[in-house]
Amino acid sequence: MWKWLHSYADPERAYNLSGKLLPWFAMLAIALIGIGSVWGLVFAPSDYQQGDSYRIIFIHVPAASMSMAAYMGMATSAFIGLVWQIKSADWAAAAIAPIGAVITFIALITGATWGKPMWGTWWVWDARLTAELVLLFLYLGVIALYASFEDKVLAARAAGILAIVGVINIPIIKYSVEWWSSLHQPSTIRITEKSTMSTEMLYPLLINILGFAIMIGAITLVRFRSEILARNSMRPWVRILAKAQGVK
Amino acid sequence: MNKSISFRQAFFTLLKRDLRIAIRHKGDIFNPLLFFILVVTLFPLAIGPDPKVLSRVAPGVIWVAALLASMLSLERLFKADYDDGSLEQMLLSPQPLPLMVLAKVLAHWLLTGVPLILVAPLLAVLLHLDDNSYGALMATLALGTPVLSLIGAIGVALTVGLHKGGVLLSLLILPLYIPVLIFATTAIDAAGLNLPYDGHLAIIAAMLVGSLTLAPFAIGASLRVSTN
Repeated sequence: MWKWLHSYADPERAYNLSGKLLPWFAMLAIALIGIGSVWGLVFAPSDYQQGDSYRIIFIHVPAASMSMAAYMGMATSAFIGLVWQIKSADWAAAAIAPIGAVITFIALITGATWGKPMWGTWWVWDARLTAELVLLFLYLGVIALYASFEDKVLAARAAGILAIVGVINIPIIKYSVEWWSSLHQPSTIRITEKSTMSTEMLYPLLINILGFAIMIGAITLVRFRSEILARNSMRPWVRILAKAQGVK
Repeated sequence: MNKSISFRQAFFTLLKRDLRIAIRHKGDIFNPLLFFILVVTLFPLAIGPDPKVLSRVAPGVIWVAALLASMLSLERLFKADYDDGSLEQMLLSPQPLPLMVLAKVLAHWLLTGVPLILVAPLLAVLLHLDDNSYGALMATLALGTPVLSLIGAIGVALTVGLHKGGVLLSLLILPLYIPVLIFATTAIDAAGLNLPYDGHLAIIAAMLVGSLTLAPFAIGASLRVSTN
């Protein structure tokens, strides 16, 4: 099992495997987000209290939860790269960072648009909002550190250490609504017990969360592939690939 | 014949060496302190001299200034040693790297954190801080500034090999400073209202314990990356 898994640390095999997986991820993501968004935005019932403006949660909640999941994915691959010295894992971490930053930004923006009609303000210095903003800064720090080293092997390791240190922020975001009960409402989706949300709203939301996860996977695969090509441009298999596509 | 030195000896040798070097370059100690005092002095000029407003913002102002001052002073934590090669000798030495790093960070805190703590009450007087808050201010600074040094050292260790690390350093470590800032200032505010603040202090103490045990390993790993 480990030997089989390790064979995919080889850049060429990782490149080919991610190329094969990419269309499946892309199609599944489009399908799920399509179903979830249409169901959520058009067919799901209006909320008795918030009317139709609650519908932004079908974008906001998936983006927010995936911003944390992407960070954990980045930190995990950075950890694998750091401990087992697998370069492909470092490239995967470098590939996720900008995507995570964008998804965090989307979560913040959609949250603000929702907050304006509901709370009457674009922004409050609430614990969860602030922690999510810090998450964006952490992503930007990782990207900046990765960009500032000439030697990308060192860059990946340095950015990896920073990513692992920043994991401390994830439980703070997750539990911020329970530790400081301020303006942001507590979580309504429960894994172990019954969710405090009607099922007509819950299903499209869950579909969208899954769709966002797979979409991030798909975009990561695209960036991962280009990262592999950029770091292996001197290898013979990349040259053969480039010649085959008539680039040279 | 056993020529190897004990961990304790190595720790204190490095600590003494760093302190001695810093005492010979006195500017390194006084510049962050002057910066701290100057930043705090700017606030009454910018906000206006109303004592009520000043006493309201005093905890935040003192803490933000302390945070910036400790960040500025971090730059030289590994820089000189990196430039003259002694950092590489430390990495090559048989002593465990986290221990050596801890000695260096402790020296840094003694030289910049402690003077900050000592001068803070004076600035608090100038900012009309509530009388009840002095204990909380000193306690949060005493527990919080070592955390700042430890977390900051990770950022410095990551950027020491880069030529223009200054702005990048602030981008890397300021987000990690935010929790300390939040709990420290809320503790001082609570003390000003005569509310108990030992819970906040306990959380800052927990951060101190956590960073004291984990940060040296992260700093060591970062130094190995930076010196390659």
